[in-house]
Amino acid sequence: MSPNLRRQAPLLATAGILVILFATAAFLYEGFFSGRVVVNLFSDNAVLGIVAVGMTLVIFTGGIDLSVGAVVGFVSIFTAIMIQRGLPPALVAAAALAIGGGLGAAMGALIHAFRLPAFLITLAGMFLARGGAFWISTESVGIDHPVANVLSGFELGLGPVGLPTTALTVIGVTVLGYVVAHHTRFGRNLLAIGGNENSSVLMGLPVGSAKVWAYTLNGVLAALAGLVATIYTGSGNPSTGLGLELDAIAVVVIGGTLLAGGRGHMLGTLLGLLVFGTIQTALLFDGRLSSWWIRIVVGLLLLVFILLQRGLLRGAARGK
Amino acid sequence: MSKTKSLSPVLWPLIGLIVLVALNLALNPAFLKITVLDGRLYGLPIDILNQGARGLVLALGMTLVIATGGVDLSVGSIMAAAGALAAVLMAEGHGLAAALSAGLGVGLLAGAANGLLVARLGIQPIVATLILMVVGRGAAQLMTNGEVVLIKSDAFAFVGNGTVLGFPFAPLLAIALFVAAQFFLRCTASGLFIEAVGDNETASRFAGLGAARVKGLVYVFCGLCAGLAGLMAAANIRAADSYRMGENMELDAIFAVVVGGTALTGGRFLLLGSFVGALLLQTLTTTMYNLGVPPAVAPVPKAVLILVVCLLQSEHARRWAVSLVKGGRK
Repeated sequence: MSPNLRRQAPLLATAGILVILFATAAFLYEGFFSGRVVVNLFSDNAVLGIVAVGMTLVIFTGGIDLSVGAVVGFVSIFTAIMIQRGLPPALVAAAALAIGGGLGAAMGALIHAFRLPAFLITLAGMFLARGGAFWISTESVGIDHPVANVLSGFELGLGPVGLPTTALTVIGVTVLGYVVAHHTRFGRNLLAIGGNENSSVLMGLPVGSAKVWAYTLNGVLAALAGLVATIYTGSGNPSTGLGLELDAIAVVVIGGTLLAGGRGHMLGTLLGLLVFGTIQTALLFDGRLSSWWIRIVVGLLLLVFILLQRGLLRGAARGK
Repeated sequence: MSKTKSLSPVLWPLIGLIVLVALNLALNPAFLKITVLDGRLYGLPIDILNQGARGLVLALGMTLVIATGGVDLSVGSIMAAAGALAAVLMAEGHGLAAALSAGLGVGLLAGAANGLLVARLGIQPIVATLILMVVGRGAAQLMTNGEVVLIKSDAFAFVGNGTVLGFPFAPLLAIALFVAAQFFLRCTASGLFIEAVGDNETASRFAGLGAARVKGLVYVFCGLCAGLAGLMAAANIRAADSYRMGENMELDAIFAVVVGGTALTGGRFLLLGSFVGALLLQTLTTTMYNLGVPPAVAPVPKAVLILVVCLLQSEHARRWAVSLVKGGRK
């Protein structure tokens, strides 16, 4: 294998698994191979997809963010309550994004400035955001506002199927994430930091600002995911996004990104999302298997990918 | 600076615990009151011990894992799986011994799987234990079919809320485990082995230590503790709820260990610190309930506590604070 091909091997493996999974499901279940199912892969998993894109940026630096699911919950109930109180939706959305970004920036700054473990600080962020969400309201609140209704009813016609707002958002975010991660200096800095932070400092890269920005962007994306969740369900619920951080990390890892940082691809995250979605949809189509099988299958996929990465790393080390 | 370093690290969580108890006493003078009813002790301190027993057991296993420089995210899910299996077995008419050993067996197997991935295959602990964190809960839901399985056996319920001479059994068990572990680890070289592996794995291997075996065994022990905690949780409420059981318990356990003065970087451990840390956490939770704070909002003070503890332990934060004070004097 050429070195370039070897570097992208996890990505190719994910693509292969996606094709096999989708083909098997299409063969087994009638009506699976349709435009509607493909569109639903995006729209049903939009929240997860948006969060996973942000998580990919953080994981590139070798960090992790456990707070994203809680931020989704906080934004969900925050927007619903504020809109019901009569504030203009645009203002509420901007405030929500600012809150998400602010929390991310604060966590990133603490992690970088005081060399604190990302895992513990974002855990504190998770407790704060989830507690805050329930503090606003412990019950779900419905939204009845023309703008929300227009957004949730909107569909971009594409021949036989239409792309709803949620699907459009996740696709847009992924494209943007791809450009930022792989075609900007910032994206390259993130991967360099994850590869070796000390070398990055010695090379004169802006390590501190890049790390803080990664957490900030992740926070903004988590808040955006919260907005999408609110539009998708038409209500705000403080317990939205419970355990979402785990699914997002799983999607990123299945997409071939190294959790230790320094290696990965945004495209892999998209493929990982589609693998996740395909398993979920197939289980739904089957109907015989209970929904908790998804946890077991995703866990096994995680194991396969982690072992695969381990093998690749060993191979690369031997190649030197 | 030099003064704080010479003080025992257990002092910090102990001060925290005392402050919290004092605060509680100020708000509710009857806080420490213990009454005897039907030959059984009642009172808030007993409640805290009883509800904190599971956290104590988890913290014990987690302390050793963290001492090797690792972490185990799967303990909450292992709890759910162990409790679920025990409940399902009893619902199908199996005996107490089968249920107990099955629950502990789940913990043992899960711990062995984690140990294999971390110690033999050299996978990052966060990643390796993430797998079982995801799979474990799925397996628990599969076993109970997503339903809450009730437990009728009085003998099994004893594990969670029985009493010995009026004193609750669960905390007694946790305390006994701590004493036994402290004795075993500090009176033999095993504790030193764990710290050596956590400090520098390569160096300890060159010194002739079976570093991989030490690491693997620590995860097995942690899994076993999680299995026991799962049994205690199921016995305490006489039911196995595969969704909620052990939820966020891995975070509480890690937190108790860190508050107790064991650094996440490994190489050093303090069982007494973890013990006090776990009690501090449970006291905080109980305080919140007593103040009428809704359970869902209770994480907020926990978050603040984590931040404070992290900043107190960070060398960088201390240096920054010192420079700030000095700068202010100039």
